[in-house]
Amino acid sequence: MTVLFDGTAEGEVLVLAAPLSFWGGVSWETGAIINARHPQVGEIVTGKILVVPEPVGSSSSSAVLLELIRAGRAPAAIVLGRPDAILVVACLVAREMGWPAPPILVVPGCAETPPGRARVADGRFEVFPAIRPASGPAA
Amino acid sequence: MVNLTDEESAIAAGRDGEGAAVALRLVAESGRLLGADRLVPVASAHIDGCLYHGDSGTEFAEFLVAKGARARVPATLNVGALDLLRPGNVRLAGARREMALRLMRAYEALGCRTTWTCAPYQAGHRPALGSDVAWGESNAVVFCNSVLGARTNRYGDFLDIACAIAGRAPRYGLHLPENRRASVLVDTSGISEALKGKEAFWPVLGAWLGRTVGEAVAVIDGIAAHASEDRLKALGAAAASTGAVALFHIAGATPEAPDAAAILAEPHTRIALTPEAVREARSLLSTATGDAVDAVAVGSPHFSAGEVADLLRLLAGRRVRVPIYLNTSRHVLGRLEREGRLAPLSEAGVVPIVDTCVVVTPILPAGGGVLMTNSGKFAFYAPGNTGYGVLFGSLADCVESAVAGRLVRDEAGWQ
Repeated sequence: MTVLFDGTAEGEVLVLAAPLSFWGGVSWETGAIINARHPQVGEIVTGKILVVPEPVGSSSSSAVLLELIRAGRAPAAIVLGRPDAILVVACLVAREMGWPAPPILVVPGCAETPPGRARVADGRFEVFPAIRPASGPAA
Repeated sequence: MVNLTDEESAIAAGRDGEGAAVALRLVAESGRLLGADRLVPVASAHIDGCLYHGDSGTEFAEFLVAKGARARVPATLNVGALDLLRPGNVRLAGARREMALRLMRAYEALGCRTTWTCAPYQAGHRPALGSDVAWGESNAVVFCNSVLGARTNRYGDFLDIACAIAGRAPRYGLHLPENRRASVLVDTSGISEALKGKEAFWPVLGAWLGRTVGEAVAVIDGIAAHASEDRLKALGAAAASTGAVALFHIAGATPEAPDAAAILAEPHTRIALTPEAVREARSLLSTATGDAVDAVAVGSPHFSAGEVADLLRLLAGRRVRVPIYLNTSRHVLGRLEREGRLAPLSEAGVVPIVDTCVVVTPILPAGGGVLMTNSGKFAFYAPGNTGYGVLFGSLADCVESAVAGRLVRDEAGWQ
């Protein structure tokens, strides 16, 4: 695990099920996934521990993330499957501007993160899986 | 770890002011993330951050201005969201229009040249073969690397202006000669010379290339005899839209590839281009069916003076029934005006757009419809960005369709 941009955050896990470019893929006004071809279209990234197994996309994605940061609509933290600079550039700019920016980590194999809550602190990524209801008919 | 020189450390610590320090820190930190060992001085920059995507971009540019930042190297500006010479062309309104204008003015105040074009290489900005530069805008990047042989990565928003102010870029990727070699050889011997000679073959080839190789560097063999600067420009723009191509070589035509062997890496993969693949790539550039055409757009990248001359020749004095939006630079527009070629365009019903273009800001009539274009890049982005369906054709097809007010497309040679 590598810390690309340090910070502390906690929130609900949202694992991207398919690659997504922030530019053209996430609304800078609402934080919603807007790419109609994406399986999670309509989901909101704001406040989530956003898990991005495969970072892709336009270099204007940094502008979209910076806009989300300024509006208070950014993910709480971003967990990448491999290093990528485009999203981190937005956090570097936000830091220079004095705007609180989400931590960004690289966690290989993060596609397997289970649903639930997670915490990023002191360079650690801790996951608290949701408690699933017991299987079988209720008593 | 990025090793900074004493000079760079001094700039990062504020020797040249806080604006220069912010820029140098951004370049150095990004370099760390990208795996650069040090920074490389750049001869020029092309800045793509002047297109409005929300207020934070304006605030960042104005923050740099307030901190006293100035571009340290010659820097040209890409398109903004407004046509500053013909403001009525763009329907952006209210606070957004004001912030888009403030953004453009802030980049001007940073000492960048007000070129407002995605084809800076046809507006006097042509870095030397082998020089390191920091360019943004995907089509400009691929032209700069491939056709001019200058060296740049795809520098995105914020990093582009930071490199211009710092006068340096992270040393990685395409700044390094070993990464400029081709890992893919495209064999075009299965394609007829007649097809290779068609102007519309080139953006189709680009669209195929981007989809096929992604971000890999390819050398295309067997088409040099048909190459021209505007054809290479169309190829690169399409390849950088459907894929992340930042550099291609044409054996015998682009400066780093006197022949294929000279630039091929070992090992490499060989791909044979087939007529079926060309047909499929061409058909993927259209999303609309039927023969309705509501508008025609040309000039992505911005039309050169030569391409405008082709348009005038094809119009041959006729008036169009549906408007042709001619996207070009103020540099080319000024030249047309001086040469008396602007009046014939207006009389024919052509609408010149400068400083911006029809897929990045609201210019096309609201409500959607079908847009016809000869640009692979417009064909790729128009459906998502404008809501218009797209029909792709040659420039001659576009002109004949605009004159007829419905789709007219010459299918000869494509079957």
